[in-house]
Amino acid sequence: MADYAVQARKSAGGGLTRFLYNTFIRNLSAKIAATPMMATVLVVFVGCTLWTVWYSFTNSRLLPTGEFVGFDQYRRLFATSRWNTSVNNLVIYGSFSLVFTLVFGFILAVLMDQKIRFESAFRTIMLYPFALSFIVTGLVWQWIMNPTLGLQGTMRNMGWANFTFDWLNNPRMVLYALLIAGLWQGVGFVMVLMLAGLRSVDDEIWKAARVDGIPTWRTYVSIVLPMMRGVFVTAVVLVGSGIVRLYDLVVAMTDGGPGISSEVPAKYVYNYMFGAGNIAQGLAASTMMLITVLIIIVPWAYLEFGGKGRRS
Amino acid sequence: MTTTATVSSSAQTEATDVKSRVDPRGPRPKPFFTPRKIIIYSILFFACLYFLFPLYVMIVTSFKTMPEIRWGNIFAPPIEWTGEAWTKAWTSACTGLTCQGLSPGFWNSVKITVPSTIVSIFIAAINGYALINWRFKGSEIFFSILIFGSFIPYQVMLYPLVMLTREMGIFGSLWAVILIHTIFGMPILTLLFRNYFAALPVELFKAARVDGAGFWRIFFEIMLPMSLPIFVVALILQITGIWNDFLFGVVFAGTQNYPMTVQLNNIVNSAQGSPEYNVNMAATILTGLVPLIVYFVSGRLFVRGIAAGAVKG
Repeated sequence: MADYAVQARKSAGGGLTRFLYNTFIRNLSAKIAATPMMATVLVVFVGCTLWTVWYSFTNSRLLPTGEFVGFDQYRRLFATSRWNTSVNNLVIYGSFSLVFTLVFGFILAVLMDQKIRFESAFRTIMLYPFALSFIVTGLVWQWIMNPTLGLQGTMRNMGWANFTFDWLNNPRMVLYALLIAGLWQGVGFVMVLMLAGLRSVDDEIWKAARVDGIPTWRTYVSIVLPMMRGVFVTAVVLVGSGIVRLYDLVVAMTDGGPGISSEVPAKYVYNYMFGAGNIAQGLAASTMMLITVLIIIVPWAYLEFGGKGRRS
Repeated sequence: MTTTATVSSSAQTEATDVKSRVDPRGPRPKPFFTPRKIIIYSILFFACLYFLFPLYVMIVTSFKTMPEIRWGNIFAPPIEWTGEAWTKAWTSACTGLTCQGLSPGFWNSVKITVPSTIVSIFIAAINGYALINWRFKGSEIFFSILIFGSFIPYQVMLYPLVMLTREMGIFGSLWAVILIHTIFGMPILTLLFRNYFAALPVELFKAARVDGAGFWRIFFEIMLPMSLPIFVVALILQITGIWNDFLFGVVFAGTQNYPMTVQLNNIVNSAQGSPEYNVNMAATILTGLVPLIVYFVSGRLFVRGIAAGAVKG
């Protein structure tokens, strides 16, 4: 791709004119056109991030004017039970969500890849929740899991007097309630990604495996799965950075409850910044979120783009 | 769902017959109802039940009356179909502050989505074009940071952006939300357009340059007319993404400009008095309707759009 631009550059004009043209006019119009992008990068992605990290070391409360206090905010953060619960919840929700999304996504993709009929109908049904917002997702499942009138009440009215499905009111199960809703929204998308990955596997591989008498399931596990490493890595990065941001779903479905048993870091940040008027505490928490994302992204970026040079 | 996993592995174990796997171009000689097929279809069928169940419950609940809901059967279709809940959700449901229903939220969402979509796509298209055809020193670095920045959690940049928009005097207005959506839509859209323009034949660009066309003229007269497909993908991506946004709406829009998602959440979660589940579900469907229509109308393109847009998260 880069070559095209170089060719284009070479083909434009000649001699001094070209030199002047290249140095001023061409650069100028492109730079003017790219000003919004450069401003976004410098001011928002670099500037705002650095600002947040910097002010997380202050004692700002209602306004970001505080003085430097070192790691005090972080010490306080990890001494707050609500934050620790939030992190714990995110780890539990995140690991289950990641594993189940990938496993179910892959299994469904394999089933969809068996030359079935009505494939597009199945895909439409599995993917439509992904078009809906987390607010909608959370509210629907909140209603389904309503203890008196939802699934539990219905089953009890139908005769199963001991049927229990009160996860929204059960501090130990509420995370799994969120998980059911989260999977409902996201599995279809991972399925589509995986299906695209399966379809990109060469037919020759299947033929070779068949000639060698390898059973289908074995071909999937030992040959196709390793070949889909790239798709899996992409899915892990996408699902993973989505999990760290988990916010809307919790707000809509449980609002952190019962008690603080389904609080998540993104909600902690929001509440401290805009509710509790303790900005630096919120900034410290958001810096921890940033670090988490970096831990996921940097190894991936290194694997994906390091060594081989930049790829688009 | 655990049963799904176990059953499907047994489905593959039983799959001793691999012929159909191997030769996709041949005729389909086998009978349709092999045990293997039956297992595959039944698993997919049960998966679909899980995916369709909430939609069914939403629709059924929204057409019931409250007394009927209190009987406690979420499966049962309404005995008496009534649209009252829908009217109430649209016109008079209470959000905790006002009782005007969802319609103000709907129009706010329209007022946010339309300009945000247009501005963000236009800027991203120019970015992609400049990055491919008019590279300047440092342009690739900016692009790399832009892509990397799309992974930074929004919460990290939220407070500085609040201060920034406050300084600009637009905090708490539609302008602030539009600006924020344009900023956070930029990475993925720029990537989309950049890759699309990179795949166009460069000869077109060269010929135009030789003929003396400049930056804007090439963009408007050559690049734009050729990039309709990617515009559609970007459009789908932005409409659904911005419509579904909650965080930016609640932070930047200001109370009177709350988008539909925020108002929906307020109606359901902070309303006073006994909850009216039929109204809640009607309101939920109404909020999901726009992205659902986009989804069903666009079909395959939506898949392409979100596959590209997933980076946005």
